Amino acid sequence: MKYYSINETLKSLFRNRMMSLASISSVVASLLVLGIIMSVILNINSFSEGIKHQFDSIDVYIQEDLTKNEILTLGESIQNINGVHSIIFETKDQALENLKIDFEEYSYLLEGLEYNPFPNTYIINLDDVIYADSIVNQLKNLQGIEEVKYYKDLVNRIIDLTSYVRNIGLVLTLFLAGIATFIINNTIKLTINARRREISIMKYVGATSWYIRWPFILEGTILGLIGALISTGIIYLIYSYSFQLFTSQFYVVFAAYMLNVKTIAKEILALNLIIGTGIGALGSLVSIRKYLNV
Amino acid sequence: MYERLENMIKFDNVTKNYSGGIVALDNINIHIQKGEFVFIVGQSGAGKSTFVKMLLKEEPPTKGEIFIEDTKLSDLHSRRVPQLRRKMGVVFQDFRLLSKKTVYENVAYSMEIIGAKPKEVRKRVPLILSMVGLSNRAKLYPDQLSGGEQQRVSIARAMINNPTLLVADEPTGNLDPETSWEIMRLLKQFNRNGTTIVMATHDQNIVDAMEMRVIELVNGKVVRDQAKGVY
Ligand SMILES: Nc1ncnc2c1ncn2[C@@H]1O[C@H](COP(=O)(O)OP(=O)(O)OP(=O)(O)O)[C@@H](O)[C@H]1O
Ligand SMILES: [Mg+2]
Repeated sequence: MKYYSINETLKSLFRNRMMSLASISSVVASLLVLGIIMSVILNINSFSEGIKHQFDSIDVYIQEDLTKNEILTLGESIQNINGVHSIIFETKDQALENLKIDFEEYSYLLEGLEYNPFPNTYIINLDDVIYADSIVNQLKNLQGIEEVKYYKDLVNRIIDLTSYVRNIGLVLTLFLAGIATFIINNTIKLTINARRREISIMKYVGATSWYIRWPFILEGTILGLIGALISTGIIYLIYSYSFQLFTSQFYVVFAAYMLNVKTIAKEILALNLIIGTGIGALGSLVSIRKYLNV
Repeated sequence: MYERLENMIKFDNVTKNYSGGIVALDNINIHIQKGEFVFIVGQSGAGKSTFVKMLLKEEPPTKGEIFIEDTKLSDLHSRRVPQLRRKMGVVFQDFRLLSKKTVYENVAYSMEIIGAKPKEVRKRVPLILSMVGLSNRAKLYPDQLSGGEQQRVSIARAMINNPTLLVADEPTGNLDPETSWEIMRLLKQFNRNGTTIVMATHDQNIVDAMEMRVIELVNGKVVRDQAKGVY
């Protein structure tokens, strides 16, 4: 394997530097799109995970005139609904207390209240957000409920957004990866064309197909690898910049859940290395296939 | 003492057709024993190179069977073809050296592909280069050599792994008479050491002077198979 050392491979890539550059750029382009989409998705996931526990509960306000027994019966009925994990009963007094604790510095405002405006409440914890709609529907059939509070729209919108971004990202990435594979394929074809005579000589002296093939695969893989590293680097820069921008200037609630640069860089690096080298190896495998039948 | 006869090459009713109704080889039956030196002669287009291609399993024959030692070529999976080619050395009219490698590296490559140890390579390559008289050219590239020198490199490469068979397609075709004789002396020497040699040529002087077995092809047919023949 001496002939096709890494050294030889790099030399060959340098000889065809225009095409090598084109290949690397196309890998970088497709991995950049993938990387940006991935960081958005990862953040949306982290954000929705983070806020989920705040929104994955349903508040059931109980009518004022219910007796203690009726309240207990209502509680049992709620507990029996499919998808309900647990329920907590919060009296109107507790609700007021909680509010006072949460807004300590404004608690003097509450002191002047003539009556407690809060209803008695059942707080339902869900097994999963996906049960929310059906639970809300079934609650409507129960007697003694004043109102059902659920931040359904927000949660749903986050779920929708996640899958939307993911789908668009997947299509775009596949498309760009296809282009990158095609360009690498052509780069390797150039190298192979220049070495066609060499390949046929190698076959005459009894070199096996794999002995001939692997240096070309190495070439493609190196192109993909370089592309992966560059695109990860660019993502790193873009992300650290956005991270600073978001955490220092924009909507704080979102920024609190924003993944840090290291976490993102690690995920993206792993993904890029796999896909980049994959594109590279695949591109060269495809291009060398027909030249081996000497 | 009887010399033990062992089959090196056997052609069994071999026919090779190309598209457009070309019959390159027409029902060939040939036995070649180990240790023989055989000339394949005939005019341009007679089928000499096709004969060589069949031996290398570059293409399959249209009909018939070819055996090399005990191997039936039609049974040989394409993945095993490299193994077949390692058993034989091949020499062509146009030398076919790797232009980006030195003389030394060209010869060493043949050893490297069969997984020879570097130590073994360092030992054998200088040896064979001295046999073909190119010790002082080892570091040069093919385009720095004369035609005769290039052909000697290609013979060294063909012989480095001690093949039992050397196949040469017009090895002297691009060389002047004096240089051609150097090449023939080399081939004769390897043949004396036991290597079977099959050489396609239309060099009449060489064939006449060597007095070896001659197989003549005309339009793909064997019209003559003569021991110690002339052209
Ligand atoms: N790949 C091919 N496709 C079609 N016809 C071919 C092919 N190879 C050889 N032929 C034909 O087969 C015949 C024999 O060719 P071959 O090359 O064996 O002749 P040759 O004896 O080696 O001639 P020369 O002395 O000129 O090298 C010729 O008519 C040639 O045109
Ligand atoms: Mg010929």
